[in-house]
Amino acid sequence: MEALSKVEGRAIPFGRKNIDTDVIIPGHWLKTITREGLGAGAFEALRKDPENIFDSEAFSGSPILIAGDNFGCGSSREHAAWALLDLGIRAVIAPSFSDIFSGNAFKNGILTVAVPQDVIDRLMEVAQTDPISIDLETQTVTTPFQDRFTFELDEFRRHCLLNGLDEVGLTLMRDEQIAGYESKMANDRPWMAHGNGIAA
Amino acid sequence: MAKTLYEKIWNAHIVEQKDDGTCLIFIDRHLTHEVTSPQAFESLRMAGRKVRRPDLTLAVPDHNLPTTPRVDADGHRLPIEDAQSAAQLAALEKNVADFGIPYFDATAPEQGIVHVVGPEQGFSLPGATIVCGDSHTAAHGGLGALAFGIGSSETEHVLATQTLMLRQSKSMEVRVEGDLGPGVTAKDLILHIIGTIGTAGGTGHVIEYRGKVFEEMSIEARLTVCNMSIEAGARAGLIAPDETTFAYIKGRPMAPKGADWEAAVVYWRTLKTDDGAVFDKSVVIDASEIEPTVTWGTSPEDTVAIGGVVPHPESFADRSKQEAARASLEYMGLEPGQKIDSIEVQNIFIGSCTNSRIEDLRAAAEVLKGRKVHPNIKWGIIVPGSGLVKMQAEAEGLDKIFTEAGLEWREPGCSACLGMNPDKVPPGERSASTSNRNFVGRQGPGARTHLVSPAMAAAAAVTGRLADVRELVDEPA
Ligand code: SF4
Repeated sequence: MEALSKVEGRAIPFGRKNIDTDVIIPGHWLKTITREGLGAGAFEALRKDPENIFDSEAFSGSPILIAGDNFGCGSSREHAAWALLDLGIRAVIAPSFSDIFSGNAFKNGILTVAVPQDVIDRLMEVAQTDPISIDLETQTVTTPFQDRFTFELDEFRRHCLLNGLDEVGLTLMRDEQIAGYESKMANDRPWMAHGNGIAA
Repeated sequence: MAKTLYEKIWNAHIVEQKDDGTCLIFIDRHLTHEVTSPQAFESLRMAGRKVRRPDLTLAVPDHNLPTTPRVDADGHRLPIEDAQSAAQLAALEKNVADFGIPYFDATAPEQGIVHVVGPEQGFSLPGATIVCGDSHTAAHGGLGALAFGIGSSETEHVLATQTLMLRQSKSMEVRVEGDLGPGVTAKDLILHIIGTIGTAGGTGHVIEYRGKVFEEMSIEARLTVCNMSIEAGARAGLIAPDETTFAYIKGRPMAPKGADWEAAVVYWRTLKTDDGAVFDKSVVIDASEIEPTVTWGTSPEDTVAIGGVVPHPESFADRSKQEAARASLEYMGLEPGQKIDSIEVQNIFIGSCTNSRIEDLRAAAEVLKGRKVHPNIKWGIIVPGSGLVKMQAEAEGLDKIFTEAGLEWREPGCSACLGMNPDKVPPGERSASTSNRNFVGRQGPGARTHLVSPAMAAAAAVTGRLADVRELVDEPA
């Protein structure tokens, strides 16, 4: 995972609420066995409209997406995060995110910034004409007009993003603790430890 | 201190707690399928990592698999036409072989939708942490498990470490009081609940469904309820295990046996929310108010009773909801004020992990028996949740009822629930579907989905419109 400390640039003032992952990347794109190339299918239905915001001259290639409440709801497909990444998006700002989506986004180095609706309204306004800047160190969103909004972020996630740490690698270092839990489980709840009864 | 069921299961699975409250949680059971796993296996391979506990994972293809016959008359496997689907399936077969993971292949009688297979095999158990790269994993909560969907990176994390790094969610109680009326099913109940609390109502929470209604429900109905927890935004949904649960699990192929079984039941009996435990959020619903329920829009919260009308966008307080409702109505081709039971449908889909178990098929068959599908219906399929459900249905003669009525009887899989395989609803046409998502384009580009119960899907099949099943059956189940 690439380290991330700042995301700066034009922000797509999308603003829609309850954007589900089927909208971000429709089901027929899920037949792939790699992570690459999904940007072409991102927001496919919306992008059939020639006037769509994602392909407009002003916003195509923008690193930030501004959306409404409950962004990324629905299916757990991580393809949604891969599609956004492939589209060039490194941060999404919204009033709230679905739990699964924000986890998937984080694991792919996409920053999810949750701020209240009135902040969204202001950023949507600025985004029409000017860039926005997100700083992970200071946990702030700023605009060229001296707006400065802070946001909360899970400390562990912040640390991983800032340092580009791979979570699997981190957990593998806890092997001893996991093994300890496994032997305790085999003792306390033996029926659980037997698993599918097929593999050794 | 008094604890909720969710807290008890959570606490029992903490491997380690970090200072910031993040926990390393042990995962007891992991289900995987062809669509969300290839990238996870690819990453393992690239990093030279192994699968820590192949015995705690079970793989089965379901999402992408065509539901047309899989073997020819001589029992030879038929090729999958779509090259990408075939490649995805081949990747799963290679991955399970390389990493030593138990697998039900496309032609095995045990094959089926992951969330049908897990409980059916006794792989999913009360008090377990269960994950799968599919958001409807919450279904297994019907057995009293803490079950939730994960993404592909988390799938890789589970394969490599058998754990996940998580923060504890908040707890939410959905308490249903009173009884459901005749002809009102678990599906109607969960649609009504989602309509009441909204698709973001459970975000950040794990829901526990409580009340007599759930205690009296079969396990299959409980699985239907918990399945759709994610549509209310919740990470998971669960129902305390009880004697009904134990009776359901006993004797299943992967269920504990002998002394293990005895010990398990003793432990499982402790899995209930203590008196006096406090939930972060609580919602109370009156069961007697609920009618057979359908969706009118493109979000699962867009629910309405069958006797109702399409709502006016202005009737919503929230501005953005008004806009969403306008967009939904345009996509769905509906007018405000239109009577719900006047909406004509052209497609019927009975299936998906929400409603493809034997009881669902029986409920549909009860309505379809001796009837024919209405001329409005151009395409109607019944897709059992697993090969074993299919065999059971055939043993009961349900397949005959379906085919005689004019519906197609298919091989198990996800099918038209997500429109990935060839089973799709054509653009601009409507479906009465027993699946769980009515999102824009979910059942195919331009498809207009109305979510319903199996009995209501059958009622739509014979009337050619959304119809009240209570008018068709004297004493509905
Ligand atoms: S039936 Fe639908 S919701 Fe269920 S596992 Fe398959 S795709 Fe997911």
